[in-house]
Amino acid sequence: MTTTNIMIVGVGGQGTLLTSRILGRLASTAGYDVKISEVHGMSQRGGSVVTYVRYGESVAEPIVEEGQADVLIAFERLEALRYLHFVKKDGTVIVNDQRMDPITVVTGQAEYPEGIIEKIQSRRKTLVVDAMDVALKIGSPKSFNVVVLGAAAKSMSYTREQWIEVIKNTVPPKTIDKNLEAFEAGYSM
Amino acid sequence: MEQKIMLGNEAIARGAYEAGVKVSSAYPGTPSTEISENLVQYDEIYAEWAPNEKVAVEVASGASISGVRSMACMKHVGLNVAADPLFTMSYIGVKGGMVLVVADDPGMYSSQNEQDTRMVGRSGMIPVVEPSDSQEAKDFFKYAFDLSEKYDTPMILRTTTRLAHSQGLVTLEERCEPNDIPYERDIQKHVMMPAMAIKRHLHVEKRLNDMALDACDMPINKVEMGDTSIGFITCGIAYQYVKEVCPEASVLKLGLVNPLPRKLIEDFASKVDRLVIFEELEPVIEEQVKSWGIACEGKELFTRQGEYSANMLRKAILNKPAEVDEAEQVPARPPILCPGCPHRSVYSVLNKLKIHAAGDIGCYTLGAVAPLSVVDTTICMGSSISSLHGMEKAKGKEFIKNWVAVIGDSTFLHTGVNSLMNMVYNKATGTVIILDNSTTGMTGHQDHAATGKTLKGEPTYAINIYNLIKAMGIEHVYEINAFDTAELETVIKREQERDEVSVIITKSPCVLLKGQKFPDKCVPLSDKCKKCGACLRPGCPALTKNADGTISIDETMCNACGLCMQLCKFGAIVKEAK
Repeated sequence: MTTTNIMIVGVGGQGTLLTSRILGRLASTAGYDVKISEVHGMSQRGGSVVTYVRYGESVAEPIVEEGQADVLIAFERLEALRYLHFVKKDGTVIVNDQRMDPITVVTGQAEYPEGIIEKIQSRRKTLVVDAMDVALKIGSPKSFNVVVLGAAAKSMSYTREQWIEVIKNTVPPKTIDKNLEAFEAGYSM
Repeated sequence: MEQKIMLGNEAIARGAYEAGVKVSSAYPGTPSTEISENLVQYDEIYAEWAPNEKVAVEVASGASISGVRSMACMKHVGLNVAADPLFTMSYIGVKGGMVLVVADDPGMYSSQNEQDTRMVGRSGMIPVVEPSDSQEAKDFFKYAFDLSEKYDTPMILRTTTRLAHSQGLVTLEERCEPNDIPYERDIQKHVMMPAMAIKRHLHVEKRLNDMALDACDMPINKVEMGDTSIGFITCGIAYQYVKEVCPEASVLKLGLVNPLPRKLIEDFASKVDRLVIFEELEPVIEEQVKSWGIACEGKELFTRQGEYSANMLRKAILNKPAEVDEAEQVPARPPILCPGCPHRSVYSVLNKLKIHAAGDIGCYTLGAVAPLSVVDTTICMGSSISSLHGMEKAKGKEFIKNWVAVIGDSTFLHTGVNSLMNMVYNKATGTVIILDNSTTGMTGHQDHAATGKTLKGEPTYAINIYNLIKAMGIEHVYEINAFDTAELETVIKREQERDEVSVIITKSPCVLLKGQKFPDKCVPLSDKCKKCGACLRPGCPALTKNADGTISIDETMCNACGLCMQLCKFGAIVKEAK
């Protein structure tokens, strides 16, 4: 099989690392070769972050490059737009419809762009998720990233049961129930 | 055999376990930190945080001389700190194998420069191995211990950010317990006075020559013959890009990157029509290959800067650049201090007083950029204090009346403490602010000598920074809550006028440290708000300005540090329970 390339982008602290680890474990339990690439250190402090997950029969490079992503999972609108050119023409974008102003916008050096969602929709197959709204409804705002993952799950070739099994084994034990609820909410969107 | 997905750094820790390592010492530094954090799980290994990399390498050296396998881990700039013991350990050699892990950072994700450790290996005459994925990280690390003992040399395992922070499948094996090597007094080998060192230098040269010859048959140097119209010599993560783009091409993959296997390279070069060297950062392989009169291409095709990629090869080698849309021009999102960060509070006071700061290495380096714009210089660990001293000696006491040095608690204990001794000794004037957040923050919250906990999480003696400074003979040392802006302002103003050294220790734990509870949140009262924007000035990411000029505070981000409340003169922000 050809290698599947997934990117997870967001703002440092939004849980891109956890998400990439769930995806990585999912691929390896399904018997694929898998590579994940992460960002640690200073960039994590509220900056733009990106992690890569690649799986297939045999995976060489650990990153996904411009024009190569099958799926882009974005936890924030502006970050989806920043990395849109990484997505293949027939790739899919799952974008959480949340706005977080970067410091350059807060200090007035730049303006937060208008019409981001429309722009993304006009260029790639797009699924827009209001994950924070859903996460607040189930009383667990921190699990919004798993809501997004649930919505993205349908663009990938794993069964619902495979997802649930891996989430159970990856998230902190105390948070399993909330995370499963968040996943189901996203999955049924 | 069991297989597991592992981070490069996690695989190195596993390699240490399997290789029978007994002692490890390290100072945290991205991208090397997770190695020590993963060693904690192996009871067979004594692993510690040292105050700096020089100490760490000396600890590993002592362990090796005593007869056990030992290691030290650091980032590339940490190797500069450790260069002194390392360059002489190169002469001494080893008893138990000794391998340093040094993590380079092409692309400078979390570093102040982009130096290439292979060059340091060459100048110190120290062999360097370089893996290409997590599996090799484990295997090469183990192999490096065998080489270390066989050739009587310390070794370096070089990684890069991309390897250290990528995960891949790793096959686990059992731990081997090396035979106990009894300690032997041997001053010809272990005491580097000139008479002994002169003889050992001969050994160093012979060892490298022997190794270079043997390297032609080492399993970590691998020839993969394919299409001979082009052949690549490559190493590390760059190898993966070659396999991604040119899977049919002939490849010489070097696992030992110092010294180089000349015969193997000559042989490979003679079999391919076009020879391309694909190596990140400096042309270390290329320059040596060219010096042997072998025609090849390298840095005329590929940059010395940043990370390499598969797209780079598609363009330069295949002449088929990937079809890519233009990147959208969007506002940058650089890293920032977290909501509730105590550094923001201290910097907001310095900013108000229009004070310049000689900065240092840590999250607080972010105080250089808008809106805080306080930090003027950042060089290396510990340099804030000594560079402020240099300015005073160059331009006089009046010049630094509106300057301070800012340094974190962990960085102060790393090398800042020496710089402070120098100020006292040389009758300096100047104010040093120690931003004490009770942890090594930027690298992800590691303990240090003043936190009261070891790497393994055991309670231990905590160095008292206040008493340490007092013991140097500095009279004016003050501990202040980092969020008490009024007190900070008073003390900073007063100390700036003093014609001697004074130290202000601002205390408040890093907001990301585990075990803290934040039951409150700050809430804006829009009816009292005068829309002056004072609360927004320090750039807390939890605050946003509404269209009408009032503000909103994101309750999921706010920790109720209260800085915005203190800045509001109109009582328009209050604390409430979450």
